[in-house]
Amino acid sequence: MKYMLLIYGNDEIWSSFSEDDMATLVRETDAQLVELRASGELVGAYGVGDQEIAKTVRSRAGETTVTDGPYIEAKEYLASFTIVDVESEARAIEIAAANPSSRLQLVEIRPLMHESSSNP
Amino acid sequence: MDRHQEDLLRDAAPQVLTVLVRRYGHFDACEDAVQEALLAATAQWGRDGEPESPRSWLLTVASRRLIDQLRSESARRRREDGVAALEPDERHVAPPADEAVAVHDDTLTLLFLCCHPALTPGSQLALTLRAVGGLTTAEIAAALLVPEATLAQRISRAKQRIRDAGARFVAPAARERDDRLTVVLQVLYLIFNEGYTARSGERLHRPELTAEAIRITRLVHDLVPDDGEVAGLLALMLLTDARSDARVDANGLLVPIPEQDRTRWDAAAIAAGVELVSRALATTRLGPYQVQAAIAAVHCESPSADATDWAQIVALYDVLAALAPNPMVTVNQAVAVAMVRGPLAGLGVLAGVADDPRLAGQRHRVESVRAHLLELAGDVDGARTAYRSAARRTTSLPEQRHLLARAARLGP
Repeated sequence: MKYMLLIYGNDEIWSSFSEDDMATLVRETDAQLVELRASGELVGAYGVGDQEIAKTVRSRAGETTVTDGPYIEAKEYLASFTIVDVESEARAIEIAAANPSSRLQLVEIRPLMHESSSNP
Repeated sequence: MDRHQEDLLRDAAPQVLTVLVRRYGHFDACEDAVQEALLAATAQWGRDGEPESPRSWLLTVASRRLIDQLRSESARRRREDGVAALEPDERHVAPPADEAVAVHDDTLTLLFLCCHPALTPGSQLALTLRAVGGLTTAEIAAALLVPEATLAQRISRAKQRIRDAGARFVAPAARERDDRLTVVLQVLYLIFNEGYTARSGERLHRPELTAEAIRITRLVHDLVPDDGEVAGLLALMLLTDARSDARVDANGLLVPIPEQDRTRWDAAAIAAGVELVSRALATTRLGPYQVQAAIAAVHCESPSADATDWAQIVALYDVLAALAPNPMVTVNQAVAVAMVRGPLAGLGVLAGVADDPRLAGQRHRVESVRAHLLELAGDVDGARTAYRSAARRTTSLPEQRHLLARAARLGP
């Protein structure tokens, strides 16, 4: 079962970080990814570019408009996401809880849709 | 490589692996060597045609790789800590005289090892497909939609676990054999279900895991023809797969059994499945796979949806509930009861298990059955709400599209 772990950031929290805090966060995050890769559970992990460089695209009646920034302006924003393929939801929760960002902000878990039918 | 060559390769792969393990030990290294030989075969046979004896070819190439690997590993160890632990044991290099006889039993031992209880179901599945199924890492990764590196790592971790658990390449003791076989069958059914996808539109090429699951289960059935549950599982797979073409419409939407075009069912597969399960029911100890296959057989043998013998299906679900008590059985039972005694009776059965905590991850199934029964009962608003609620809870895309289409059909 694949799950996407959405890791949210918050500017207030980031800006209160010392250099050491930042280094610890990066080290702990990397260590978890190494562990997940070794266990064969990691599908991919990606940081997401800042809201500053986001673009929002709309197509209406053949006309496309592109605006700068995200669709929803919020204090919390998507900072990165990790996709894992694990045995159970419980394991996905365990991974989310071990992610250092779950202590700072929050980690949201979403199961990924699949093509298999559970109802043959 | 063509289909015929693929079949030759996949049949030979587990036989070659077991011969290597018997000769040299080191299951882990032998399995890697066979995988390398499979890759070499894919490249060479596709270009030059298959060799006269595919099995010997594979055995020669895999042996060479294995010995190279063991030698370099042992040289590395000598350099590092002066221990020559992995030198191939020369006493075992000559093939034992009873090698050909041992091959068949060994395939079963190999399956037991790949489905070792120390492994998670996902790892059992991956290792079984590679070591017994003869699929390459890339093929399995494509079938499971994960990166190749992820799958390679999962297999390597699984083999390490087997090593750490002290498991050896020997048949399990008689007293634990039944339990171990149960795990093997669970893994094979998991492979089947993983592959049981709606075949709609332009899809990425994926090796058909259903076909692979049927192939391996047939192999196990040939090895233990008197085991009723192996026969039952094989029959269940055949009877389910026989309906696969009819279960998706031109738009890629799921079609429920009552609305399927029965002329598109695979009559030969149905006949084979029915025969297998009938013989098992008559001659072996009863088990849950046999009963599930019998239920599938009742559907498959019915000339039309209206002619379905629902009373028989209700009775079979009673047997299944007694053999393997599980609230999901009751959820399915509710549909059959509704067909015999009316939708309200079915809803009553469903209400009895709706709050069962064991159904926590199956909420979408409960809701979709409830929606169906409410629709039969004429409660249009209730049915629509329940279909939408089921659609929100499923993680299966084909199911979600089906449920949303049902809700839409009942009006806004």
